[in-house]
Parts: sequence; C-alpha cells; structure tokens
Amino acid sequence: MAQLTMIQAINEALRLELKRDPNVLVFGEDVGHLGGVFRATEGLQKEFGEHRVFDTPLAESGIGGLAVGLCTQGFRPVMEIQFIGFVFEVMDSICGQASRLRYRSGGRYHAPLVIRTPFGGGVRAAELHTDSLEGLFIQTPGIKVVCPSNPYDAKGLLIAAIRDNDPVFFMEHLKLYRSFRQEVPEGDYTVPIGKANVVREGRHVTVIAYGAMVHTSLRAAEELAKEGVECEVIDLRTLMPIDIDTIVASIRKTNRAIVVQEAQKTAGVAAEVIAQINEKAIFHLEAPVLRVAAPDTVYAFAQIEDEWMPTPARVADGVRKVLEY
Amino acid sequence: MGYEVRKVELEPLQVLSPQGEVVDPARMPKLDDAQLRELMRRMVFTRVWDQRAVSLSRQGRLGFYAPVSGQEGTMIGSEFALDKEDWICPGYRDMPQLVWHGYPLYQSFLYSRGHQHGGQIPEGVCVLLPQIIIGAQYVQAPGVAMGLKLRGKRNVVVAYTGDGGSSQGDFYEGMNFAGAFRLPCIFIVQNNGYAISTPRSKQSMAETIAQKAVAAGIRGVLVDGMDVLAVYAAVKEAREYALEGLPTLIEALTYRFGPHSMSGDDPTKYRTKEELSEWEQKDPLVRFRAFLKAKGLWSDEEEEKTIEEARAFVNDQIRKAEETPPMTVPGLIDSMFETTPPHLEEQKAWFAAGEGR
Repeated sequence: MAQLTMIQAINEALRLELKRDPNVLVFGEDVGHLGGVFRATEGLQKEFGEHRVFDTPLAESGIGGLAVGLCTQGFRPVMEIQFIGFVFEVMDSICGQASRLRYRSGGRYHAPLVIRTPFGGGVRAAELHTDSLEGLFIQTPGIKVVCPSNPYDAKGLLIAAIRDNDPVFFMEHLKLYRSFRQEVPEGDYTVPIGKANVVREGRHVTVIAYGAMVHTSLRAAEELAKEGVECEVIDLRTLMPIDIDTIVASIRKTNRAIVVQEAQKTAGVAAEVIAQINEKAIFHLEAPVLRVAAPDTVYAFAQIEDEWMPTPARVADGVRKVLEY
Repeated sequence: MGYEVRKVELEPLQVLSPQGEVVDPARMPKLDDAQLRELMRRMVFTRVWDQRAVSLSRQGRLGFYAPVSGQEGTMIGSEFALDKEDWICPGYRDMPQLVWHGYPLYQSFLYSRGHQHGGQIPEGVCVLLPQIIIGAQYVQAPGVAMGLKLRGKRNVVVAYTGDGGSSQGDFYEGMNFAGAFRLPCIFIVQNNGYAISTPRSKQSMAETIAQKAVAAGIRGVLVDGMDVLAVYAAVKEAREYALEGLPTLIEALTYRFGPHSMSGDDPTKYRTKEELSEWEQKDPLVRFRAFLKAKGLWSDEEEEKTIEEARAFVNDQIRKAEETPPMTVPGLIDSMFETTPPHLEEQKAWFAAGEGR
C-alpha cells in the first residue's frame, strides 16, 4: 500500500476509472496539459489522450452544458469546476438540468455526472475560492453530495461517484489536498455513497462533522479526553443522502450531540441533520443538539478566516455546553 | 468620435418570393415532387394541429402551449433537411420539429399537460426534451455533438432558440464550444421579432443575430424564415459544413401569428395590426402553396384531405393523452434517482399509504 495525499488519491481514482470504462471523460479548465491547478488530473491526458482528458474554453456554463449533452449520449463526464465559487456560473446545468434529466424524461435519459470542485477555507485563497456551498446542493432534488475527509475515502468515494448513475457533487477540501498522507490501497475499491463513518468512538457525546471539520473535531475530542469526556466523532462523508441511521445509533449511546460545519450556520447540513435527529431520536436526547458553524456572513477575507471558521476550541466549547445542559 | 462599427454584410437568403415565384433558382434545393408535396403536407398538418392545440388549451385540455403558426417554414424546412439520426435540441416552441423527427404527438400533449410520460422520448428518436431555460440547449448541443463525434457517427446536432435567446450568455458559450472543438453543430435562431413582448431592437445593437457567428469564428447565415425552401437549403448546406467540423449559426427571419403562449399573453399590447397583416402576406403556407399549385403539385382536394387527416389524428392523439393513467407522487419520487435513497423511500411510503391527501 502506498502513502498518498488526498490529491494523489483523487488522481489515482480518475486514472483507474478512465482505464476501466471508455465512457468516462475528464474535462474542465486547465485539466488537460497542465493537469489541473492542483494537479488532480496530472498525467491523465498523456496516458488517455486528448479525447478523454481535455481542456475546455473558460466558461463554466459551457462546461456544464457539455457534460449534460454528453450524458445523453451515454458518456460519464467527470467535470472539474476549478474553484467552488465559479459554480454560480453553472448552476443551471447542475441544478436546472442534470438534476432533473432522469425525472423530466421519465428515465429515458439520466446524468451519470460527477462535478468535482475544490472548496474550503484556511488556505488564504482569493475570494469565491473557498466557500462551503453544500447547502445549496443538498436542497436540490436529484443530486448527491459527497465530501471526503481523507485520502482513502476520497479515492473510494470518487470511484463510487463516477460509477453512480446520478449526478454527484464532489467537494474536495483545499486544506486536505496535501496536509497529510494515508495508506491507500492500490487497486480498485469503493466507499459507498450514503454511508457515514465513526472515526472515533466515545460514550458521552456525538460530534457530527464532515470535510476538514472532521479533523477539527478530532482535535477537540483529544482535548476533551484530557478532561475525561469521550466524544464519538462521525464523519458524514455523504451530505445527501445523510446516513441518519449511523447518527441515531450513536445518539442512542451518547444521548447528546453537536454538529460541526465549516459553512455558515443557517439552513445547511447541520440544520438538516438536527431536523432528522428530531424526527428519529428526540426521546434519546438529554440536551438540545447544537451547531458549531461559521457566522452567517459571506466567507471571511483571508485576514480573519481562521477566526471565522470553527476551531477545535469552539468545538470543545460546544461539547461542554451540550454536556452541561 | 467618428467610430464606424464594422458592418457584416448579410442578405437574407430566399428561394421563393412571398407570391411563390422562384427568385433564386441557383439555391433551389434538389427535392423531388413527392418531397415537395410532403413539405406542404407537413406545414398544413402542423397549422391544423396548432389551431386545434390553441383551442384545446383554451378548453383546459392542454397545459402550457406555445403556438407555432407563422413559423412553420423554419420549423418544417429545417427538420426536413436532417437525417433521422441527427439530434435536435429544442426550445419549448419547437414541438413540430420533434414530432416530425419521430416524437409521438400524444406525448407532446402529455408534456403540455404536465405528465411525465410526455418526456419519455422513445428509444431511437434523436431529440432532447423541449428546453424551458432559454439558451440551455445551446450549451448542451456541443455535448451531444461531441458524443456523436466520439462514437464515430456522421451526424449533426441542431439547437433552436429565438431572438430573445440570442441575448443569453449560453448562446455565445454554446457556439464558442462548438467552434473550439470543431463540432457538428447547427444553431438556428428563429427570430420572430419578439421575446414575449420585448422587440428585437431592444435585444441587441447588433444589426443581425447571424453576425454574432463572426465573433465565434463559425459560419453565419441569414435566411428568410417564411420560405420553407430557403430554410431547407440553408440547413442542408450547414449540415455538410458541420460534418466537416465547421458549425453554422442560422438566423431565420420569421413571425409568430399568435401569442407567445396560451398562458395569458395578449400580443395586441405590443404589436400593431398593420405589422401582423404585413407578416401574414409572407405566410409560409401561402407562398409554398402558390409555388406548388403553379407546378401542378398541389390542389384544393389535397389540402382538404390533409386538413381532415390532421384533425382526425389530433383528435386521436389527444384522446390517447387523456386516457393515459395519471402520474402518482410515489412514481415521481422513484424517478428522481436510479435507486431511491432511504429518506425518499420514507416519503414515498407516506404518500403510498394515502397520507398525502
């Protein structure tokens, strides 16, 4: 097994799927010759040719339309949106077209499409490069939303996403691309979409997170362990559909929970998780479920982004609040 | 400040004058008598179906419907130039092209009635669903075309929009992608003068829409859209270029005699009677009928027969649409994903248990 960064694991997933299925096409801005601004597609054009891995003109709506059109001809496009904020330019293709293709056509067409996009803060990027926009996509019927927190999951989830016969919005946290390595098996494997992962077991409180916040939560859990508080940390991995069963099973044990998200507080994944907990596990709760999230502002400029995003200390405070209720 | 905007000289191509006389014999397409008659039959048929659809809509037996009368020359002529395996990416008014390309009429009625079976285009019929988002079909067409090219097919893709659609960003992005990837695409703008009520003059300072092709580096053609033969010839030629990797933008000058849609639009609020009657003089059916009659290829009897045929067929198809079992919410839920996820299964069970009353 090789020690890979998340970006290498993503590259590996793309290579395996391009090799396995001739209908897989990889395209976007600078993904061909350059191999992507983060090198996610490095070497792929050389290996698979310009018909399978290619640069597009700089126009996100055009990229999305190209992908939807290719879907109707039996292809499985993996399109890259260079930075998440650019997705506003392609909202119609994703939320107005790909998400509805199966329904509108009563199954005559479908969109086995993956939209890969980097997101996430803490890297001093320019405006509209780092926003957490998953809330917009979990509210769009017909799309699945996936957000890995480590190299192993990134590879397995991306392979699963490419093989999925419905559109998958695949969010890659910028800070996780190269921040650590992990053992990643060489061959083909999938991590199922729609299944969360208990990344740390504990009996006092359930901490639900995804993306980089999994690591923030784990750091908080380590701090809290020193105080004798045992956190159970759940990595959602898929944000739509949410694996509520894993969450409920944990809450039955801990009777307390918080949800941690890097996104702004209102109407996002955390709100949805809490709504589902209310529906399924309210009688197992000893305290209200709290959210630890960014404030409801636009994404903070680089100067204050570290303060703006949830920190281990804020997560730990959230846990204490839930325990003291 | 004497800047002179560069002019792109484009004269609308025309084969027949409004009186049905041949004005450009060199552009006369090579169509045999049976094909010429078929063009006429299709235009008459479509006019009857359109009139019937308008009244069905008034009776509440159809939902959203966008009338087509006046645009038959462009619609029928352009589709007639295509191969059965060429693809059509339509806007919402483009039902005639879809139906003449093989999409069953009763399904177009179901689509209008908001029934999902309307969208279940039969296998082997090479069309996408009518697009509601103006211009979205223009960015999808290059994807369809790239797919055909990668599969090694010698076929083209035709995307339709209107003069309003030409203002969308997707209009340019679609043409630009088609050009950049050398794709077999034909973009047709049916310029009927109005985007609902907004006149063409308010859409753009560009003198023609066809000239917008110049910026994308593709062919631009202006054609008299009321002349079915001129449209046919323009598309036939564009098809040859498309197969060689050179896309074309065709602007067809046309007019819709009726309202934008049957959902309350009143064209007298933004068009004059004089303008309407001026365009009625250019009616594509009148002109082509005169041409065919002069050649002895069309008669009043044939016209009557076609009208009867169309009426009977439309009646049959609306009946078929009305007899189609209604949709259900559980059925709708199951059409969202290949495998319905757990949260939707729960919602489906709730509806299936009759709780969704």
